[in-house]
Amino acid sequence: MKQTPRHRLRVLPGFGLALGYTLIYLGLLVLLPLAMLVVRSTEMSWSEFWAAVSSARALAAFRLTFGLSLAAAAVNAVLGLLVAWVLVRYRFPGRALVDALIDLPFALPTAVAGITLTALYSKNGWFGSLLEPLGIRVAFTPLGIAVALTFVGLPFVVRTVQPVLEALDPEKEEAAATLGAGRWKTFRHVVLRPVLPAVLTGATLAFARAIGEYGSVVFIAGNMPMHTEIVPLLIMTRLEQFDYDGATALAVVMLAISFLLLLAINALQARFFGERRAA
Amino acid sequence: MRLAPRAAHGATAESPAARLAITVIALLFLALFLVVPAVAVVAEAFSEGVRVFVAAITEPDARSALQLTLLAAAIAVPLNMVFGLAAAWAITRFHFRGKGLLVTLIDVPFAVSPVIGGLVFVLLFGARGAFGSWLDAHGIRVIFAVPGIVLATAFVTFPFVARELIPFMQALGSDREEAAVILGASGPQTFLRVTLPSIKWGLLYGVILCNARAMGEFGAVSVVSGHIRGQTNTLPLHVEVLYNEYSFAAAFAVSTLLLALALLTLLAKRFLEWRIERQLARTNGIRERAR
Repeated sequence: MKQTPRHRLRVLPGFGLALGYTLIYLGLLVLLPLAMLVVRSTEMSWSEFWAAVSSARALAAFRLTFGLSLAAAAVNAVLGLLVAWVLVRYRFPGRALVDALIDLPFALPTAVAGITLTALYSKNGWFGSLLEPLGIRVAFTPLGIAVALTFVGLPFVVRTVQPVLEALDPEKEEAAATLGAGRWKTFRHVVLRPVLPAVLTGATLAFARAIGEYGSVVFIAGNMPMHTEIVPLLIMTRLEQFDYDGATALAVVMLAISFLLLLAINALQARFFGERRAA
Repeated sequence: MRLAPRAAHGATAESPAARLAITVIALLFLALFLVVPAVAVVAEAFSEGVRVFVAAITEPDARSALQLTLLAAAIAVPLNMVFGLAAAWAITRFHFRGKGLLVTLIDVPFAVSPVIGGLVFVLLFGARGAFGSWLDAHGIRVIFAVPGIVLATAFVTFPFVARELIPFMQALGSDREEAAVILGASGPQTFLRVTLPSIKWGLLYGVILCNARAMGEFGAVSVVSGHIRGQTNTLPLHVEVLYNEYSFAAAFAVSTLLLALALLTLLAKRFLEWRIERQLARTNGIRERAR
């Protein structure tokens, strides 16, 4: 048996093989293709690149994508916290079923979500036929995109907040109560403060998912340039016009933003788990 | 110390009215966003009768879309499963520099838009891509063909198995594997007889989530497919084609297959979470007693 006595954990075999395979597969399937995207964008001149990402149509798409993703993440932050609270603290018939159903947006193919939401909110749909007489148009407007993005982001906040609420020590709430705090004050100081980092992490995850979302949005959006065209769709349109440079430039900007968000999520999680360990 | 429940009621629990209001708002939100859409898929699928439904899911284009979906998942999922096992073994059983970076990089396909996941392969293997002319000269088609669909599917489902296995194998610890090796088991023996049986539920969990996404992926596959009916259409792409042709009932009929897959996935997920929790509780119990 080969052993390296210097290293406690080197009792187990297979390190070189496992790490080597991991790096080669990761490199070939993910890193190399993404690197090619960046390389290709550097082959463009700066003015070409800038023109592709700062045209009026591109700017409108960026504004729409980020604005609505933020709105959907905010809705999910508030309602996700509420749902997590109800699932963790209250007992009611069918709770286990509701809890299992939360992940439906993760499991349901986005195209199915897209056509279903469109059918529900269009003029003759179950929701659309109620909202349209009130002057509220959802399908084929920015509001419809926000609805789709809220749907795909729904599980994130619930699933990050749930374990934190479960781990919360009820004695602290009792202590606050004995010290004379009302329920609302107790909630704000004793519950909300430790839960807030989880809400923020979940909302950031939902936001990161929303800015890249394609399938659930394209059906309900209407896809009017300048008005209801999201960035992933604009990338797709450029590609279909064989404007590879235009698609690449937009994709590189989105890739950079996604990468920054991934780092932000990691930092949030590291800080937040650090806090939990200290508590 | 415990206070009498009634006395403490005002500060440790909400008033019954507040409780009811919060529950109603939460459940209403979930009903409108989750339950009604799920019901609507089935209602729309049968809106033109059972015959239209049956015809839609048995016609040749639907059958070939189903076959391609199964084929893409049958290649992409095992590839990502082997990767997940290798990555989790390296990351949870050894110390090395750059481990944190590696874990972050594994998550990258989740962070980028699926459209970009398809685009990168068009830039590499498309007609005007980096290897486009070489592939063309050798008569190999990747984009607008099955290999491109498999690549895009593998890309977007890349992290699933690894990211479920890593925390699970971390929690299980390596005591039993180390014992096996010290007692003279070979590497493959240790892996097959000690590791694999103990991680089977966690592995299955990752595989099921990976499979659900592989069969349901739309954006990335849409970029590389070319939408050739009967040839490069997966089930989600077939749904899009039907919908854009205004064959709404047929589009929703095919969607019910994908909805059924989603619900089965959620059911399996729940069952596996229950198994995994039990197993981890038992492992922790054994560790406590060993102390």
